[in-house]
Amino acid sequence: MAASDANTRFLGGPAGWISVLVPLALFLWFAQHIPAVAGGEVLKWSWDWIPSLGVEIGILLDGLSLTFALLISGIGVMVTLYSTSYLGGHDHYARFVTYLLAFMTGMLGLVLSDNLLSLFVFWEVTTISSYLLIGFNADEAKSRRNALQALLVTGTGGLAFLAGIVLIATATGTFNISEIEGSLADHALYQPIFWLVVAGAFTKSAQVPFHFWLPNAMAAPTPVSAYLHSATMVKGGVYLLARMNPSLGGTDLWFWVLVIFGGVTAVFASILAIKQTDIKQVLAYTTLMALGTLVMFIGVGTEAAILGAMTFLLVHSFYKASLFLMIGVVDHGTGTREATVLRGLFRKMPITGLAAMLAALSMAGIPPLFGFIGKEFLYKGALDGPAMLWVTGCAFAASALMFCAAGIVAWRPFTGTLAETPVAPHEGGVAMLTGPVLLAGLGVVLGLMPDYAEALVRPGVAAVLGRPAEVDLYLFKEVNTAFILSLMTFAVGWGLYLIHGRLRDYLAGFKSRFDPGWDRLMDLVAAGCAGLTGAIQTGQLRRYIFVTFATLTAVVLVAVIRAGLAPDFTIEEDLRAKHWSVLIFITAGGLITAFTNSRMTAVAALGTVGVGVALVFIMFGAPDVAITQLLVEVLQVVLVAVAMLKLPTLNKEYVSTIRGWDLTLALTLGALTTITLLAVMATPFDMRLTEFFESTSVPIAHGRNIVNVILVDFRALDTFGEVAVVAIAALGAFALLRGTKKGAS
Amino acid sequence: MRSSLIVRAATRVLVGLLLVFSLWMLLRGHNEPGGGFIGGLIGATGFILYAIAHGCSAARLALRLEPQTIAMVGLGVALAAGIFSTFFGDALFTGQWLFLGAEEGEKGLPLSNILIFDIGVYLVVLGSVLTLVLALEEEV
Repeated sequence: MAASDANTRFLGGPAGWISVLVPLALFLWFAQHIPAVAGGEVLKWSWDWIPSLGVEIGILLDGLSLTFALLISGIGVMVTLYSTSYLGGHDHYARFVTYLLAFMTGMLGLVLSDNLLSLFVFWEVTTISSYLLIGFNADEAKSRRNALQALLVTGTGGLAFLAGIVLIATATGTFNISEIEGSLADHALYQPIFWLVVAGAFTKSAQVPFHFWLPNAMAAPTPVSAYLHSATMVKGGVYLLARMNPSLGGTDLWFWVLVIFGGVTAVFASILAIKQTDIKQVLAYTTLMALGTLVMFIGVGTEAAILGAMTFLLVHSFYKASLFLMIGVVDHGTGTREATVLRGLFRKMPITGLAAMLAALSMAGIPPLFGFIGKEFLYKGALDGPAMLWVTGCAFAASALMFCAAGIVAWRPFTGTLAETPVAPHEGGVAMLTGPVLLAGLGVVLGLMPDYAEALVRPGVAAVLGRPAEVDLYLFKEVNTAFILSLMTFAVGWGLYLIHGRLRDYLAGFKSRFDPGWDRLMDLVAAGCAGLTGAIQTGQLRRYIFVTFATLTAVVLVAVIRAGLAPDFTIEEDLRAKHWSVLIFITAGGLITAFTNSRMTAVAALGTVGVGVALVFIMFGAPDVAITQLLVEVLQVVLVAVAMLKLPTLNKEYVSTIRGWDLTLALTLGALTTITLLAVMATPFDMRLTEFFESTSVPIAHGRNIVNVILVDFRALDTFGEVAVVAIAALGAFALLRGTKKGAS
Repeated sequence: MRSSLIVRAATRVLVGLLLVFSLWMLLRGHNEPGGGFIGGLIGATGFILYAIAHGCSAARLALRLEPQTIAMVGLGVALAAGIFSTFFGDALFTGQWLFLGAEEGEKGLPLSNILIFDIGVYLVVLGSVLTLVLALEEEV
């Protein structure tokens, strides 16, 4: 990373301060709506986008979306401010900021959209900008691979979600979330809708078994990890589940799937967190734990559980963003992120250390920090709800492990005696410290004054439940089961912290199967594609033509059989000498083409077939078509003859092996075409169009040549399309010919 | 490869005839067999003949413009003729007619954007065919 300390321009130049001011302005705009939303109002604005499809850009500002919008814009300010120093002066800093702002736009759009289709569009914007940001260090193969992995996993889930959206619209008749009335639980499409939406949410929010992309996404620069892969984007799936809770929630299926997958993710991820030695990876896995916990509690769905989830959402965003940013400062200041190396940094980096410890205290859930309140309310929600043992057990195990992880991340590196690091430890600058300190400070402030958080949590809970809710956040009221559980968490967590070195060694014995499995899957896909391409794209022109005509024959054959067409050879008109002569002319040309062994003869003979067809046109009174046919036929013979000079002579042995196949195919297709044409002739011809053109050509279009009048007047748009095709085909052929010429020389 | 004297001598006469013929086909197309498509093909034949007799570079010189430019200009002319109708509040590609010197019982000289559209078609066909043929011949 080419972060330069010598960068002296204010906030990294225009790209820098624009990137800070935009989210700041947005944050202030959202903040002014807090009183209204806290009072229970739901604010809506909407503009038509594609009215014919029922797509509108609608902003829906209720407790849930406002909470997310404030987090996105607020943490956005911290992260962009941090980036001015972290990446300021980087060659591609402006590009980075562009991606980041694009992401912010997408994320805000995602949480503010009332319309499911525009929500999906923004959902994909976050996926794509996430891809660009993870792969920001595009020189490294690992970055590119991890970026692609994240894109494919979340993108596939996004497609499932799109299918779910379409089903929702089919079931409810609207794309607008606010217009979906009541629950879909009894609808026939509930099951598919549920699974598709859950697939989208689980991939985005990295639930087991789709979790593996998130730790890999840490290949991104630190501000990105802090912002996208901790505080905002990965919560997109959680947001979706919370948003759909009134419509899709409340069923057994919803409950069990969310509770089981969420619980497994939470515990599994927190165990893996202990295994890591890179503290950024530790944080990545604790993020997974938080996402699992949120999913689990949304699944429980009781008022107490949702209250716990919404509180924990805020708690987690503050401490996790702060810790991630802190890691960037440590990485920058010492040159390493290894938990086993870093020790005793507090003296050298006091402000970072203070912020880290405050954030870690919140993460560990120690009073009087906001994290304690979050954990307490989670326990309350777990103890009150159904499947109490499982939910409480998962929450407890995850919280205890979280306590331990907090120690590894923020206690151990700063205490003890100073250890050797690649770079002599030094404190970060103001721009880099503002974010972590403010966010960690928020954990203290809201812990001591939880009433401020209520303004967001109350409408948020109401939005998720779909009905008004009673919310009273407090630090401590009485000694109850949840409080005792908290104390036990501390004890177990402390115990785990003391033995975490041995735990890590033990866990190191277990190898991850998901990530290598992904590589195997990708190899399989690549091999499958290579095999398919090899089978279809042989590079032999005659094979392509054969396949094309064989397909056409099959289609026509099926159509003829299904329509039950029987050839009817009765011809009413007498065949006169001129008819016979043309017939013989064409047939002779065809036969010569089929049986000659010289390319040139074949082309010339094919030309006589074309001339014969032109004669047919003349006989039936279509001189325009005949002239065109004649000219095209002549040009074609000339063109092919010119091209032929380059071709090698025909391999006669090879030709004799394939001629049988070609002959069968040609005869079959010819016979089928004849049958179809005869059938067409047998039905009475609809003369309406002919009569229309005959009667209007002169009075309306002032022309007596009906063919030409149709071409340039009645059907001028079609003609325009056709000549455009002609021109583009010529350009394409020209480019191809010129390309080969250049390649040869 | 130099072509025979007979071809070159005949070409001198034929090319001019073919080009005039192609324009005639284009202009009479609305009432008699002909039109932009056929006219363009005949015009292209004239230049191809010239290329065969005197070589491709001579044909390109005689054309003055690159054939692909001619095709694109033709496409632009056709589109412009179509859009022209919208200035009169009609749908795209609606015919607009002007009868110069029209009197009672006398039609006058009919002019229309239809003719301009057909000229566009003529240029597209001429340019496209020549693009292909000249590139192919130079390639070989």
